[in-house]
Amino acid sequence: MTTPPAPAAPLLSAHRLAFTRNDEPVFGPLDFSLWSGETVLVEGDNGSGKTTLLRVLAGMLPTEGEIRFCGQPASRDSRNGRVLWLGHRTGMNEALSARENLGFLAGLYGTRVGMTAAMAMERVGIGGWIDEPLRALSAGQKKRVGLARLLLLPGDIWLLDEPYANLDRHGIALVNALIAEHCARGGAALVTSHGAVRFADTNARHIHLVA
Amino acid sequence: MASITPTMEANTKAMDAENLARVTRRPGTWRACSALLRRDFVLAWRRRGELFLPLLYAVIVTALFPFALGPDPELLARIAGGVLLVIVVLAMLPALEAMFRADLEDGTLEQWLLAPQPLALLALTRVIAHWLTTVVPLIIVMPLLGALLNLPVKVLPVLIAALLLATPLLVLLGSVLSALTAGARRSGILLALMLLPLAVPVVIFAAGAIAAAQSGMPYLAPLTWLAAALVLAIVLAPLACAAALRIAVET
Repeated sequence: MTTPPAPAAPLLSAHRLAFTRNDEPVFGPLDFSLWSGETVLVEGDNGSGKTTLLRVLAGMLPTEGEIRFCGQPASRDSRNGRVLWLGHRTGMNEALSARENLGFLAGLYGTRVGMTAAMAMERVGIGGWIDEPLRALSAGQKKRVGLARLLLLPGDIWLLDEPYANLDRHGIALVNALIAEHCARGGAALVTSHGAVRFADTNARHIHLVA
Repeated sequence: MASITPTMEANTKAMDAENLARVTRRPGTWRACSALLRRDFVLAWRRRGELFLPLLYAVIVTALFPFALGPDPELLARIAGGVLLVIVVLAMLPALEAMFRADLEDGTLEQWLLAPQPLALLALTRVIAHWLTTVVPLIIVMPLLGALLNLPVKVLPVLIAALLLATPLLVLLGSVLSALTAGARRSGILLALMLLPLAVPVVIFAAGAIAAAQSGMPYLAPLTWLAAALVLAIVLAPLACAAALRIAVET
């Protein structure tokens, strides 16, 4: 199942990737690749298809064009839990605590070696809230729980849809630090932003979507 | 890093990624399913008040029957089996609608889809958790409800056996429809309209077994039919449910 990635193949590559909704082109065709250790910023105005692009890459929308993971055509096997998705929705149940939610997701995805839910929550700065039900947390804190999920679960390709939303200045710095650490470990991240937040890595490549 | 060529740099990074993939363990399917079961049980316990409602509904409706039909023990004994069967089916309906609703709304289903686990198996686990938390309590109170309606004692085991086979079958059928309608607003009535035709054969076979037991005839044949249908549904319904969940997340 887990074939080692062929060297010198990008973690993620897209060829003539396009998406149409009701015969209206949403974006594309796009060609790009995401190499290990690289962060690519997807920019565009509201409605330009940033979220749609990420959902297509995550396999949550049907594709036109070709997506490859480590050189292999996208499928459930080649994706195999290596894609982590942080969207507008938390992906967690509001009635459960962060510990219970993260524990459940760890059951599905596994965990990074040496990482626990408590450590991940501590790292994103809300270690004290681990046993509170999520509905007691603010929007920014929920976003941080989402970041803790990225830290806890293994997966080298991060698809982050507006990770800066709802976060304060420290939170934005935290996101940038987490992405930098992840890339230093050999992971890669595709980050959308509507351009209001200054991205830390000024050398990062940009994909610009036009509505 | 500056001294090495870009290709070598890419190679080392690819090896790092390989390391990253190797040092992380993928949980087995069993671990994933038990994590889902545990989560659903904890959630059910948090919302135990809600789970109590179908039970209350079943008890109240059963208690009303003798008042509406008059205290004729013979009449009650004759209709008790069928009445209890229909009450259980109706009491199950409202919960079926909500089977995937919350998970779709809070994005949990997106996480299911990306997880390195077979979606159909997660769907089957959800069905099992749903059945254990919402339907089994109804079956447990059956002796009490049977007593309220003067159900003959010899029929009670057959009624419970029929319910143990028919209700998982209905939850499996309902899971597909629930996944299909999860994204729709006010899907409750839609689900009921779609499920009831599918429920008719199930009810017919279960009622057949109960009627046979009541008149002292062999009742095994209809029960075996239910068991066969259940086996078929256990194999096929999760696959259909997984496909429906993918559609629900896409839209």
